[in-house]
Amino acid sequence: MSMLEVKDLSIHFGGVKAVQNVSFSIDAGIVYAVIGPNGAGKTTLFNLITGVYKPTSGEIRLDGEAIGGKSPNELATRGVARTFQNLQICMNMSAIENVMVGAHLRLDRNLIKAALRLPTLKKRDAEARAEAAELMRFVGLDAFVDARADAMPYGALKRLEIARALAMKPRLIFLDEPAAGLNPKETIEVDHLVRKVADSGVTVVLVEHDMKMVMNLSDRILVLDYGKKLAEGTGEEVRRNPDVIAAYLGAHA
Amino acid sequence: MKKNAYFGLYIVMAILAVLPFIVPNSFYLDLVIRMAINAVIVLGLNLLIGFAGQISLGHAGFLGIGAYASAVLPTHFGWHPLLAMAAGAVVTGLLAGLVARPIFKLKGHYLAMATLGLGIILNIAIRNEAQWTGGPDGMPVPTMGLFGFELASDKQWYWVVALLLSVSVWASLNLIDSPFGRALRALHGSEVASQVVGVDVVRYKVAIFVMSAVFASLMGSVTAHYVGFVTPNLADFFHSIELVTMVVIGGMASVYGSLVGAVLLTALPQALATFEGWETVAFGSILMLCMIFMPKGLVPTLAAKFGKGD
Repeated sequence: MSMLEVKDLSIHFGGVKAVQNVSFSIDAGIVYAVIGPNGAGKTTLFNLITGVYKPTSGEIRLDGEAIGGKSPNELATRGVARTFQNLQICMNMSAIENVMVGAHLRLDRNLIKAALRLPTLKKRDAEARAEAAELMRFVGLDAFVDARADAMPYGALKRLEIARALAMKPRLIFLDEPAAGLNPKETIEVDHLVRKVADSGVTVVLVEHDMKMVMNLSDRILVLDYGKKLAEGTGEEVRRNPDVIAAYLGAHA
Repeated sequence: MKKNAYFGLYIVMAILAVLPFIVPNSFYLDLVIRMAINAVIVLGLNLLIGFAGQISLGHAGFLGIGAYASAVLPTHFGWHPLLAMAAGAVVTGLLAGLVARPIFKLKGHYLAMATLGLGIILNIAIRNEAQWTGGPDGMPVPTMGLFGFELASDKQWYWVVALLLSVSVWASLNLIDSPFGRALRALHGSEVASQVVGVDVVRYKVAIFVMSAVFASLMGSVTAHYVGFVTPNLADFFHSIELVTMVVIGGMASVYGSLVGAVLLTALPQALATFEGWETVAFGSILMLCMIFMPKGLVPTLAAKFGKGD
């Protein structure tokens, strides 16, 4: 059985049908890419699956359980993590604290224990800090372990988001344009990082415009256009699909 | 949060330990006690405003519930002052939770509007229920007895309040640097990011709102017993604004800023008293200048200037 199954998923914003009757399924352990021209509905699709938007109609199932319309924090308890295309870093916190927030559900959130700084909580917090530092090294942020978030460059913040998502110890991670705005060298590094994440056993769903990266990493690709599914298959299948060629290069190409 | 954040606590405790021996007279001792009481309220309010990014414009109302619980229940019903204080805190907590839950499901500045309204309603209730509260004239408050020993002199009150302040600073520092505190700061920094990592934002906002309201209620009770008299002014809108101003001037999201804000704004009206009639204008001008030249508040601005984190 597939890990994630999406059936006839739609969302309408007034008259705008941002996603229309999209169906696909993702097997555990693969890298799955969602591509399409700007405005095709890729980020909207992510927002639907991760609970930021509620679907107008359709079904989303995670390991058979219907999750459509559940809130993001409920999905987090089920091991679903994500990053954002437009950065969502907490600039009022240090870099490592941003990563530690990712471990929220695995830590003791009791208010009274926190106010009294009980030894068990203090010890667990120190472990969480060490884990977060380890994750920052994993994503290549060795130099920023003691940095403030608002003092970090854009490329580093993109990775900080990935580290925060990984701190959740997710089973399924949605990466929304992890290479957007990065230079070619940084793009290659992110490419390697996504590979490392996938190799660690996390199922990866990727939205990305860098085709080299998509073709290089993905086991399967979903192509969206005007909110509709245009094609789905392996990189080779998608590349040869005449509809995809038309959408990307214009109908008369 | 830097490792040395607790260093400031030792300084605060050292200052509190020597202050009663160096204040020249009882006028200043009284001023210091009122500063410390305000500091505790502002610490709680700063957790809500500065750290969690939610604003309350009705905190004096909660303070009023505590103060009047401590005045009314022992006077009219013969309750023990400690029990009355606890009852005030419980009622405040329930009321704050009841109001906050539906409001936090909405986005935007609804909390400011709702707390503004709530504060005004509480104040009107206190003014109008004259048979219980003495109405606009206020009412006397019986002395606080602790285990057969009466809290009466300013010196005794000083040590009680100094202890409360030290514990509050310590607990605030603890809270900020804990999973609970990080979740609060994260929902302020990016609400959607905190949600996707599993933070139930409504629950956290309600929790910190209730906690800061209960802090205000408890300190309202302390104020009532210390002063020995309560008036509706304790619970009015201007007092709410004064408390918010202390947070903003001292520095949002700064524990030590809360203390500085409370100390300065409690002292300022005294210092401006010589301007007779113009003190409100002077007060307003100082606030405006502060906001224009250091919008982050005193402590964060100075900390940034001298390269030291808070």
